[in-house]
Amino acid sequence: MIRVEGLTKDYGPHRAIDDLTFNAEEGEILGFLGPNGAGKTTTMRILCGYMPPTLGKAEVSGYDVVDQSLEVRRRVGYMPETVPLYPDMTVFDYLKYMADLRHLKNVEDRVDGVIEKMNLEKRASSYISSLSKGLRQRVGLAQAIIHDPEVLILDEPTIGLDPAQIIEVRNLIRELGREHIVLLSTHILSEAQQVCNRVIIINNGKIVAGDTPERLQARLTGARRVSVQVGGDSDGLEEVLNNIPGIAHISTNVDGNIVFETVPGQEPRPEVAKTIVSAGYDLLEMRPVGISLENVFLQLTRDEPSHPESPEDEPIEDEDGVE
Amino acid sequence: MKMGLNRKEIELMRNIWIIASREYKLYFSSPVAYMIAFVLLLVLGIFFFLNLQVAAFQPGFVPGVEVFLAPLATMLVMITPAVTTRLLAEEKRLGTIELLLTAPVRDWELVIGKWLGGFLFLLTIVAITIIFPLMLNQLVEPGIDQGPVISGYIGIILLCAALVGIGVAISSLFSNPIAAFVTTLGVFIFLWWILDPITRVMGPAGSGIDLIRYLNFSDHFFANLFRGVIELGDIIFYLSVTALSLFLGTVSVEMGRWR
Repeated sequence: MIRVEGLTKDYGPHRAIDDLTFNAEEGEILGFLGPNGAGKTTTMRILCGYMPPTLGKAEVSGYDVVDQSLEVRRRVGYMPETVPLYPDMTVFDYLKYMADLRHLKNVEDRVDGVIEKMNLEKRASSYISSLSKGLRQRVGLAQAIIHDPEVLILDEPTIGLDPAQIIEVRNLIRELGREHIVLLSTHILSEAQQVCNRVIIINNGKIVAGDTPERLQARLTGARRVSVQVGGDSDGLEEVLNNIPGIAHISTNVDGNIVFETVPGQEPRPEVAKTIVSAGYDLLEMRPVGISLENVFLQLTRDEPSHPESPEDEPIEDEDGVE
Repeated sequence: MKMGLNRKEIELMRNIWIIASREYKLYFSSPVAYMIAFVLLLVLGIFFFLNLQVAAFQPGFVPGVEVFLAPLATMLVMITPAVTTRLLAEEKRLGTIELLLTAPVRDWELVIGKWLGGFLFLLTIVAITIIFPLMLNQLVEPGIDQGPVISGYIGIILLCAALVGIGVAISSLFSNPIAAFVTTLGVFIFLWWILDPITRVMGPAGSGIDLIRYLNFSDHFFANLFRGVIELGDIIFYLSVTALSLFLGTVSVEMGRWR
């Protein structure tokens, strides 16, 4: 169980997280969704006893993260975003060291068990410096679950992995979610939707929304993004579409496709198709496109004028950002 | 911290020991450790050999422990930075410090464990140098004076403890092992060589000079322990430097959490 109340952290004059309040119960996979620098890592570091908050309270399994830091650390498994490992140790030695630090009984069996669980048997005696990014990620996860923690905190667990590895890690997390409370951070909306029971959207250190992925999606289905492809030149099409009621944010992307958003509660697509055809264009394709994370933010923070970013066409999946 | 359960004390020792033994083993998995040992023994061997040569041609000169203890102390001042620089700076560079600081280990256990690992490694190298007094004992008639051997090695061990302590504290300030190395070496050179001429230039008078003289690292070794005299004040000096360094190292690790 995780309880967070009014959690605030300042780095000098910069407020990294501002008055966060949320809970996580048994059997939950809680997703922390937000862009880089939103305060996800800071929150996770506070929860695993790495740093104290400036203000507010956080409890893990009933223990306070400041006053009972050691008790919290015994019950939390943590994988930092950078997956720090010792390159000059073998996988087995590294995991044994982490298990020793947690005073586990039957350490060797424990290590063997977790190596098997993470499918690392073949590389158990390899030096970590020789492992690929995906394997390192698995070693990092193995380290986090070796003591069978009540709470598992994973900071961007799929960052930098190839698509096959991403699917593998997501499956692993779902599996781990049956036995542990999992708190994971991501900036990929679809990942949060696939893996988590509940998602908290955080931006500029504040919680913007928190709900199940289904309900969050329902809040967003009001607006759909539609991409239109026409044969030949699409010059002037934007102006034509501009006159149709119920659509907004028209833009032309690099491929020459027109992308627009529907106004919540309206269905302008039949009208769009008719207009394009009657204007003399050859309509080749009209399809919905995924709502990107930025759109989610725009939708959830639309009332706030202090959000100048414009929507992009593709979901943001840039993976080299560092918080 | 309350004194109490015996089991709890064992638990505390256990964390320190786990960290220390990993550090100790890790030295032997890198070539740096062997290079350090090799250079140290080579230099000592050369000095030893030269002194024996001198003794062979100068009938009045009988070599004692000083022929290897003095260069040993000096070499330790030079090589200890290479031993300690990695201890915490490397953890910060790799980011693994985050794992240690989220493991159920207290900050001071981490710092003492790191110190103990480096200290034991240095002692292992120092232990090899025992061959020099043993050889000398065979070569010199009727054997060498045992007193200075014992007090000299006590001095060397205390010196190692203090140097590694300072090295760990400095290592905790950096996330770049090379910067930590250069700083540590600079501090050691200052404490070992530069303080000595300063005290001489400033003369005997004044109270400020007493503090500087007290901090003179080499004086605490060469004045008594080196000559076979075990002075409590010198032992306390090295032990307090060690304790203070470990305390400051712990504070520095703790400060790193607030960053």
